[in-house]
Amino acid sequence: MAEYYLDFEKPIVELEKRIDELHGLEGVSDEIGKLERQVDRLRKKVYSRLSRWQIVQLARHPRRPYTLDLVPYLFTEFTELHGDRGYADDSALVTGIGRFRGRSVAIAGHQKGHDTKERTKRNFGMPHPEGYRKALRIYNMAGRFKLPVINFVDTPGAYPGVGAEERGQSEAIARNLQEMSVLRTPIIVIVTGEGGSGGALAIAVGDRIYMLEYSFYSVISPEGCASILWRDSTKAPMAAEALKFTSRDNLVHGVIDDIIEEPAGGAHRDWALTAKLIGDKISEALAELEKLPADELIARRIGKFRAMGKYKNSS
Amino acid sequence: MFSRKNLRPARKKIKLEDGLWLKCESCGEILYRKELDQSYWICPKCNFHFRIDHQTYIKLLLDDGKLDEIDRNLVPTDPLGFPKYKEKYKTSVKKTNIKEGIISGRAKIADIPVIYAATDFGFMGGSMGSVVGEKVARAARLALKEKIPFVMLTASGGGARMQEGILSLMQMVKTSAEVALLKQAGIPYINILTHPTMAGVMASFASLGDVIIAEPGALLGFTGPRVIEQTIGEKLPPGFQRSEFLLDHGFVDIVCTRRELRDNLVRVLDVLVNHVKNQ
Ligand SMILES: [Zn+2]
Repeated sequence: MAEYYLDFEKPIVELEKRIDELHGLEGVSDEIGKLERQVDRLRKKVYSRLSRWQIVQLARHPRRPYTLDLVPYLFTEFTELHGDRGYADDSALVTGIGRFRGRSVAIAGHQKGHDTKERTKRNFGMPHPEGYRKALRIYNMAGRFKLPVINFVDTPGAYPGVGAEERGQSEAIARNLQEMSVLRTPIIVIVTGEGGSGGALAIAVGDRIYMLEYSFYSVISPEGCASILWRDSTKAPMAAEALKFTSRDNLVHGVIDDIIEEPAGGAHRDWALTAKLIGDKISEALAELEKLPADELIARRIGKFRAMGKYKNSS
Repeated sequence: MFSRKNLRPARKKIKLEDGLWLKCESCGEILYRKELDQSYWICPKCNFHFRIDHQTYIKLLLDDGKLDEIDRNLVPTDPLGFPKYKEKYKTSVKKTNIKEGIISGRAKIADIPVIYAATDFGFMGGSMGSVVGEKVARAARLALKEKIPFVMLTASGGGARMQEGILSLMQMVKTSAEVALLKQAGIPYINILTHPTMAGVMASFASLGDVIIAEPGALLGFTGPRVIEQTIGEKLPPGFQRSEFLLDHGFVDIVCTRRELRDNLVRVLDVLVNHVKNQ
């Protein structure tokens, strides 16, 4: 796969490359040490001051690990399951069963592509109704077999097209929200990249909701917001600031349970470590959730969403 | 999300022509305001349904035109400090005389006690922020507690309200979860969909009714038509995402004129609530 670096990554990557070159030579350990300290400082400086728009770019990074990239690190005996049993198989949303650290689980996640061919095949990770209905089929199965569900969220949104409307995009999303609210098995959600509005939410009702550090989760894309506010989608960076949709923002608003830190430089720099950090969080959540009887689990899940929102009484 | 600007501004036009007469924006017929008011705001010539506000629906649908309102003082905050939200909110309050884009409460329909709620397009496009979500959820919970049907009318082109960011999106789950509980308890939940009901509202509590009734010609869907046209690069066919289209594709049960709305609602409620009735 071709290399791809964001503007603010480039100075860091250049220093890293110089260090790599020196590693082959003798008598340069002092120089390497100096450069390593320098690159650490630079990375900290850049990543501690990321704007929300820069976080959007990291979340959309073409080398970001997608669901099927994470699966081999996290699950054994994985079997992908296909189709909604009504219309089609939607490859923008993948589902399956497998084992997570020895425990049988069900898995669903949006799927993007790393190259043009794959991106087209995966419809840029934008599901049609049949994608959400396939996920619901897997959730119901998981409920019957008491398999915890693990969802990976990374989509620009539900697909805005003719077929999607004809087949009831709204109904498919609504039904998932309704059914997931009362599903009798633990659900863990990890927003790994773009949490694009209703298209993300349709697989994001859970007992624990986590976000990777440099992902975002929003009611509307920054471009869509900018076109409504200023009739200019190029003002997306400004819209990103207004929408306040990063992992830190959403933690403050009580919408997510925790942030999963990313490897130095972002998830795309180290898929294996990213998967391990996600896996540790899943283990932690499962240990707590599997103790709860189903009724208690559901009561707490609904209670969690009831508490979301800000309003006051006026007289 | 969906911009109000994409929608036919029926309400605004009525306001602009404050005289005795106004023009049907569908067929162009000049109509006498008083007559329209007495004929459900339906154009006698072409059947176009003018937009009406939450108060007019209360008069049309509820016994004695009466709603015993609850939660009327819930108001939004500006949790993100979003550009111009406070101003927009104030303008909407002035325009509609309600504190948020939804009213809810107890009512009777043909003597059947119900919980009734309705969003109002005039208030920021009927969009759902924290207050709208919370009021729908509370209304559903009250229906569950009192074991009476929940009738929900929507006029929500705005979907989830952008100005409250992710908190608006979460109202989709909050409301749908309460509907799930109604269904588990066997409490009837009826949707009445009016022009327009889109995006985050349509993709949550507005699509989940045991019975879904729509007014003719209402725009109902997930993505706004303009965004779809931009995505696919072509014009959409006439009637796309209108009530009749949803009926054809299996997503609403009944499309009926506003004149027949209450009768349909009564018949459905009666059968669902009164299981045995001596003729
Ligand atoms: Zn007319």
